[in-house]
Amino acid sequence: MNQALSTSTASKADVTASYGDPVIEIRDVQKWFGSHHALKDISMTVRRGEKVVVCGPSGSGKSTLIRCINGLERHQGGTIEIEGVELVDRSLRGIRREVGMVFQSFNLFPHLTILENCMLAPMESRKLIRKEASERAMEYLSRVRIGEQAKKYPSQLSGGQQQRAAIARALCMEPHIMLFDEPTSALDPEMISEVLDTMTELAASGMTMVCVTHEMGFAERIADRVVFMDDGRIAEEGPPAELFRQPKTERLSSFLQRILTH
Amino acid sequence: MNFDADYFWNLLLSTRFLHPAWIVVWMVAVSMTIGIALGAIGGIIMTSAIGPLKHVIRGYVALIRGIPVLVQIIFWYNGVPALTGGAINPPPFVAGIIALAINEGAYMTEIVRSGITAVERGQREASQALSLSYYSTMRRVILPQAIRIAIPPTGNQVINMIKNTSLLFAIAIPEIFATGTNIFSVNFRYFEVIAVVAIWYIILANGYGLIQKAIERRFARGRGSLFGT
Ligand SMILES: Nc1ncnc2c1ncn2[C@@H]1O[C@H](COP(=O)(O)OP(=O)(O)OP(=O)(O)O)[C@@H](O)[C@H]1O
Ligand SMILES: [Mg+2]
Repeated sequence: MNQALSTSTASKADVTASYGDPVIEIRDVQKWFGSHHALKDISMTVRRGEKVVVCGPSGSGKSTLIRCINGLERHQGGTIEIEGVELVDRSLRGIRREVGMVFQSFNLFPHLTILENCMLAPMESRKLIRKEASERAMEYLSRVRIGEQAKKYPSQLSGGQQQRAAIARALCMEPHIMLFDEPTSALDPEMISEVLDTMTELAASGMTMVCVTHEMGFAERIADRVVFMDDGRIAEEGPPAELFRQPKTERLSSFLQRILTH
Repeated sequence: MNFDADYFWNLLLSTRFLHPAWIVVWMVAVSMTIGIALGAIGGIIMTSAIGPLKHVIRGYVALIRGIPVLVQIIFWYNGVPALTGGAINPPPFVAGIIALAINEGAYMTEIVRSGITAVERGQREASQALSLSYYSTMRRVILPQAIRIAIPPTGNQVINMIKNTSLLFAIAIPEIFATGTNIFSVNFRYFEVIAVVAIWYIILANGYGLIQKAIERRFARGRGSLFGT
């Protein structure tokens, strides 16, 4: 198991300190689904350019947490601030313009071509004209290396290509922050690496990223910080090297055992 | 056996049912268009956040679906003039279209509503995450997919309505069945006349079936595998 984690990230902690202003500030956030307390006193700060990987067992609240960050789930206690703006009804659409999201199940629009998928939001919510939107879409589609698939419909693409198209679609809004909710867990094994490569390039470009994933090799490569969630709480957090090699809690070490041996 | 083949063939190949068939076609076209418009409005309201209006639509659907179409036709043609002392007195074609369209609107409301709710939740979430407004989400993402889902059941509605136009004989609209009753009430050749009437409905219903196929093919865009194109 150490082989998968062997790429060195020794100096990550110093790097974190050099990141810019806080762009996501979560303070004492609570979320209930009926009587189920899904997020308990979550506090977390993400600085500009930082990459945070969120992991944890199924049902621990990972999706709920990142869905709260762009208001797909509304939190019920505490506050969430994105680039200094508190997330409330009124600020929702403005915040979503700056926060891109990639889903486990891609959620591409099946009735539109890949190109149209990428052009829709810039035209509707950023008021780009068609020509600008299509140029921008082609730029990002070639950046994720599916430029030649632009005229196809999502159903005509492989899973890996669809997910890269979904990443391009989010990037076309030119967001400041990108959220990923298990972007590779619906993919066949041979397609996982092409999506992770795209995400690694995005990370290298300086994007602020919050990513729910169980790809520990990827986490170790790109993450400044790993957040381990358990039962609605942040149970442990720190640089990946530290967290994966010296887990402090029994819950984290047994979680790592499970995902690295499966 | 008592079947007059010569009479049957003469009637079938005569032009007597051409005009009645045309009446059926345009009345269905007009009533269906209005019905679809009503259903679109009703279905969108039913899936929106507008609370009180939803109850109005729900009442409309429950009321209309509970009343036989024939009763609704007579209501608009005879009931409304009687109620208003003749102040509102729609001619037969108008009463017929109002009755069919309002009846259709109730069924189309259900079809549009279930089409909208059948669009995957992820589509709405992706739209929200891209900061699309409710209006953009409906117009560009949800409705195009809901329409595709609603097209086959809407086709069934058209075929039902083609057959339901036969009820308009009750308010003296010279459609296909009324024309048939006029013929057999004079010559008593019930079987031959009814057979010809039935054939005309079969032609119209299946003729529409071809149009329906073409519409479905057009809307299969992006769903190659599903429709086997
Ligand atoms: N819409 C909802 N309604 C009710 N309960 C929900 C809803 N969404 C999530 N939950 C519950 O909240 C808890 C946290 O769910 P969440 O999806 O955030 O977990 P997760 O960590 O992302 O799990 P997984 O790894 O399976 O995706 C779970 O117990 C889940 O059943
Ligand atoms: Mg999840």
